[in-house]
Amino acid sequence: MRVAIFPTCLGDAMFPRAPIATVRVLERLGVEVDFPSAQTCCGQMHFNTGYADDGLDLAATLVDALAGFDHVVGPSGSCVGSIRHQSADIARRRGRTSLGDAIDDLAARTFELSEFLVDVLDVTDVGASFPHSVTYHPTCHSMRMLGVGDRPVQLLRAVRGLHLRELQAADECCGFGGTFALKNAAVSSAMGADKARHVRNTGAEVLVAGDASCLLHIGGVLSRQESGVRVMHLAEVLAATDARPDVAPGADPRGAVPPMAPVPPRAAS
Amino acid sequence: MTSRSGRSEAQPPGAGHGALHHPETDFPHAAAAALADSQLRANLAHATATIRDKRAAVVGEHPSWSGLRAAGAGIKDDVLARLDTHLTELERRLQDAGATVHWAVDAADANRIVTDVVTATGAREVVKVKSMTTQEIELNEALAEAGIAAWETDLAELIVQLGDDAPSHILVPAIHRNRAEVREIFLDRMAAVGVAAPADLTDAPAELAAAARAHLREKFLTARVAVSGANFAVAETGTLSVVESEGNGRMCLTLPETLVTVVGIEKVVPTWRDLEVFLQTLPRSSTGERMNPYTSFWNGVHPGDGPQDVHVVLLDNGRTDVLADQVGRQALRCIRCSACLNVCPVYERTGGHTYGSVYPGPIGAVLTPQLRGTDSPLDKSLPFASSLCGACEEVCPVAIEIPDLLVHLRTRVADQAPRFDPQKAVFRALKTVMATGDRLAAAERGTGLARRILSRSGRVAGIPMLPSWTTTRDVPDLPEQSFRAWWEQRERVGDAGAAIDGDDSAVEDDS
Amino acid sequence: MSGRDVVLGRVRAALADLDPDRPADTAPREYASQVFDDEVAHFCTMVADYRATVHRAGSAGDTVEDGGGQPTIAAAIADIMGAEEARSVVVAHDLPEEFLAGLPVQGDHAITVRRDGPDAVLTNRELDEVDAVVTTARVGIAATGTVVLDHTAGQGRRALSLVPDLHVCIVFATQVVADVPDAVAVLDPHRPQTWISGPSATSDIELDRVEGVHGPRRLHVVVA
Repeated sequence: MRVAIFPTCLGDAMFPRAPIATVRVLERLGVEVDFPSAQTCCGQMHFNTGYADDGLDLAATLVDALAGFDHVVGPSGSCVGSIRHQSADIARRRGRTSLGDAIDDLAARTFELSEFLVDVLDVTDVGASFPHSVTYHPTCHSMRMLGVGDRPVQLLRAVRGLHLRELQAADECCGFGGTFALKNAAVSSAMGADKARHVRNTGAEVLVAGDASCLLHIGGVLSRQESGVRVMHLAEVLAATDARPDVAPGADPRGAVPPMAPVPPRAAS
Repeated sequence: MTSRSGRSEAQPPGAGHGALHHPETDFPHAAAAALADSQLRANLAHATATIRDKRAAVVGEHPSWSGLRAAGAGIKDDVLARLDTHLTELERRLQDAGATVHWAVDAADANRIVTDVVTATGAREVVKVKSMTTQEIELNEALAEAGIAAWETDLAELIVQLGDDAPSHILVPAIHRNRAEVREIFLDRMAAVGVAAPADLTDAPAELAAAARAHLREKFLTARVAVSGANFAVAETGTLSVVESEGNGRMCLTLPETLVTVVGIEKVVPTWRDLEVFLQTLPRSSTGERMNPYTSFWNGVHPGDGPQDVHVVLLDNGRTDVLADQVGRQALRCIRCSACLNVCPVYERTGGHTYGSVYPGPIGAVLTPQLRGTDSPLDKSLPFASSLCGACEEVCPVAIEIPDLLVHLRTRVADQAPRFDPQKAVFRALKTVMATGDRLAAAERGTGLARRILSRSGRVAGIPMLPSWTTTRDVPDLPEQSFRAWWEQRERVGDAGAAIDGDDSAVEDDS
Repeated sequence: MSGRDVVLGRVRAALADLDPDRPADTAPREYASQVFDDEVAHFCTMVADYRATVHRAGSAGDTVEDGGGQPTIAAAIADIMGAEEARSVVVAHDLPEEFLAGLPVQGDHAITVRRDGPDAVLTNRELDEVDAVVTTARVGIAATGTVVLDHTAGQGRRALSLVPDLHVCIVFATQVVADVPDAVAVLDPHRPQTWISGPSATSDIELDRVEGVHGPRRLHVVVA
C-alpha cells in the first residue's frame, strides 16, 4: 500500500505541526508514508476567490504529484473536500474535461485523516495519550462536504486521559471562510468571537479541530482575548503519547501542550 | 374614529419596501453597520434560533425527508428543462378556466399590466397578499404613482409598511423588529390610514395581532381588487396556490371582485401530483410546521365563488438570464421557504437589509446577482457574503448547491474584473509561488524573514488585506520550519536530528 | 413582438444547451406516505396539536346512548355553539338539516341560522356579522392534522368558512387519509380548495406563534 501525505499548502507553510503529527500517527500504525514533494496546493483558495483557472493549474500540479499512490491522506477536511467535491466540477465548467477526470481519479483515493484511520485502517484507538480537557469543533467542510460524522470524536474518545467537553453550537461556522475572513472581516470576527466564547465556556484547556485554517482563525481570536486556551489539530492529539508528549517538532510554542497550567473557564463577555 | 371617505383618500406611509437597494454600498460596509445594531442582532439571534429548532424537529420526524428533497429538486429541474412547454400549457389551462393571462418581460411591463387592470375596475386601492415577486418588481411604488393605494395585509408586511421600513426576511419580513417596536408603530401609524390601534394596546403578540385584525378587516370587506403572488402554478390543470398562515391570503383571494396574480415563470410545476412533494417540504422548511394553517387553490374563475375577474401575469424580469446559466439555473428551483436564511451565520448577524434585495440571505446572494447582474459594488459583493460553511445547502428542500453557486458567481465577478486588479495580482503571484514544489520550498525558506518582520510590526508588507485580520485576531507566529523542510531534513539525517520544538539551531542550519 | 413571444423566445434560447429528447419526468420518487396504526386517532391528535378543538361524535342518526357514549353530530354542534356563546350561524344551503337539529330555536340562547346559496347570497358584511359557520369537509389528513374543503355540497363557497370567527368543521372518519400524497390523489385540482390546519395563526412577531389573525380564530373539528 503506497500512502502519500498531503500536508496542504497551509499545513506545509504555516501549520506544519498538523502534517508532521499525521506522519507520526500513520507510521506508528505501521503505514509507510511518502511525501511527493512536487505537490503544493489543491487550488481551493483560488477557486473560492473566483480565480478558477489559476486554481485548476494548481490542482493539475497536485494531480500529477500524487499519481500512482493507493491512498492520499490529508489533515484537512476543507482541502480534501475541495478535491473530492469541488475541483472536478470546476474543471469541466472551464472546459478542462480530462483534468476533471484526473481529479475524479485522485478524489477516489484521497481521505481526510479521520476517514483514513476509521474507514481504511479500521482503527479508532491509535494508542495516543493526552491527559487534558479538550473540546472539539467540527469544521464545516469536514462535516458537510465530506460527512466525517463522529469519526473524529470516536478517535478522541479512545485517547487515554483525554476529557472531551461538549461545545455549544458546535456545528456553527467559526467565520474563517478563506478570503471571507478578510473581505468580510466584521462578520467573520463576529462569528469568531461567538465561537471563541463557546470554546471558553467549555472550560477546556485545548480546542481541537481537523482543519488548520479554522484553528488559525479561532486561535487568533482566543489568543487576542488572552484566553489561555490552546488550539491543536486532531492529528497532534492523536500523535501524543506518554513517551513523546511534545507532539511535533517545528511547532508554534503555544501549541506544545505540556507543560501547561490549567485554564479556568471564563464567563461570556 | 376614521370615516370611510378618510380611508379611501389615505395612502400607506411606506410603499412597503422602503429604499431597499443601495447599489453603491457593498455588503461588507452594510454589514458593519448592521453588526453595530445590538437590538437587531438580539432580535435576529432569538428569531432564527427559534425557527431553526422548530424546523429540525418536524424535518427529523419525517421518514422520507431525503426522498422528498430529491424529488423536489428533480421536479424543478424537469420544469426548467421544458419551461416553454409548461408555460404555454399553463396559459392554455388558465384561459380555459376563465382567467386572462398576461406576459411581462420585466418589472416595468408587469407594473404597467397590473396598473391597467386595476385602473379598468375604477378602484383606487387594492389589498395585497405577501408576495416576494411583487416586491421584486416594486409594484406598490408603481401603483402609488398611478394614485392607487396598495395595502399589505400580512401582519409582518403591515408592520413594515406602517413603519416605512423594508422587509428583512422572506418568511417573516419584520424579523428585525421586536414586540415593543411593533406596538409603537401600531400606536403611531394605524389611525392615520384606517381603524386605529386601541389606546391601551400592550406589546403582547396576541393583542398586536388583534389590532391588525381589526385594522385590516374593514379593508378586506370593502376591497374590490386584490393582488397576490403564487407559490405554485400547475401547468397540467391551471391551478394556482397560495400558502399562508394568517388568513389574509384567503381574504384577498376570496372577497374582492377582481384578482391579479403575479407569477414568476419558475413557479410552474408540471402536474397536480407534484404538489404532494412541495406541500410537505415547504411548510416544514419554512415555518417549521407539519402544515401551514391555510393553503388556497384556485383555478381561474369559479362561478359563484370568489373573484369573477381573474388575471395572471407571467413574469420574466431576469429569470431567463438565470436559466441561461447552466450552473446558475438551479437557483430557480427555489420555493422561497427561507430555511437557508435561518441557518446562515452571516444572515443571523447582519439581517436582511444588508443584502440590498427582497431576496436576502444565502439564496439572495446567489439569486440577486443573477437577476440583476454583477455590475454594482453591492451586486458584485453578494457572492462573497458567505463563509461557504454549507449550512444553507444542507437544509434546502430543493437541494440547491448554494456554496457551489456562490463560487461560480465569484468566478463570474473575477472574470469581469479589470486586467490590472490588485487582488488578482496577489493571487496570480501566489499561484506562481506554488506552481512547483521547489518554488514553494524557496518561498518557505523566506518566511524566516517574514516572521521577523511580523513579530516587529504586526503586519506583513505586501499583503494589503492583512490589517482586516489583525484588528480582532492575532496572527500566529510563523513556524521555524515548514513541513517540507522537516521532511527533507528527516530524510537526510533521520527523525532524531530533525528540529524539535524551540531548537532554532536546526532551523538555522537548514536555511 | 409581444411580451409572450419575447419571454418564450428567451426561455428557448436559454435552454439551447439541453438535449431536446431529454425525458420529461426524471424526478426520483423515493418517498412514501407515512403509515399510522389508527389514522383517525392520529388525525385527532394532530388536529389538537395545532390547537384546534377536537370532538368525537357518532353518526347523525345515533342517539347519545347508542353512539358508544359519543354525542350525535347535532348534539356536538349544539354543545360547541353553547360553549362559544354563538348567537348566529351560517351554513351552506345544502348542509344536511339534521346536523343543526340540536340548536336552540327559541329562548335566551336561541341561535339564528342563515343559509347561503345561489338564491340567497350573503354580502361580505352580512357574513362578518355572523358568529359562526358550520361546514362539512372533503378530506382529513392524519399526518398533518389538516382538513381540506373543496367547497362542494355542505361546505359552501370559500368566503363562508372564512369570515365568521368560529368555524365548526365536520369530518367523517371515512374521509381521513394517512398523508399528503393520499389527499392529493383524491382531490380535484379543478375545484377551489382550502387546506386548513388549525386556526388562523401568525408567527410574525418574534416568531412567537399567536392563534387568530384574519381567518377564524377558533376551529372546532367534529370527527364523526
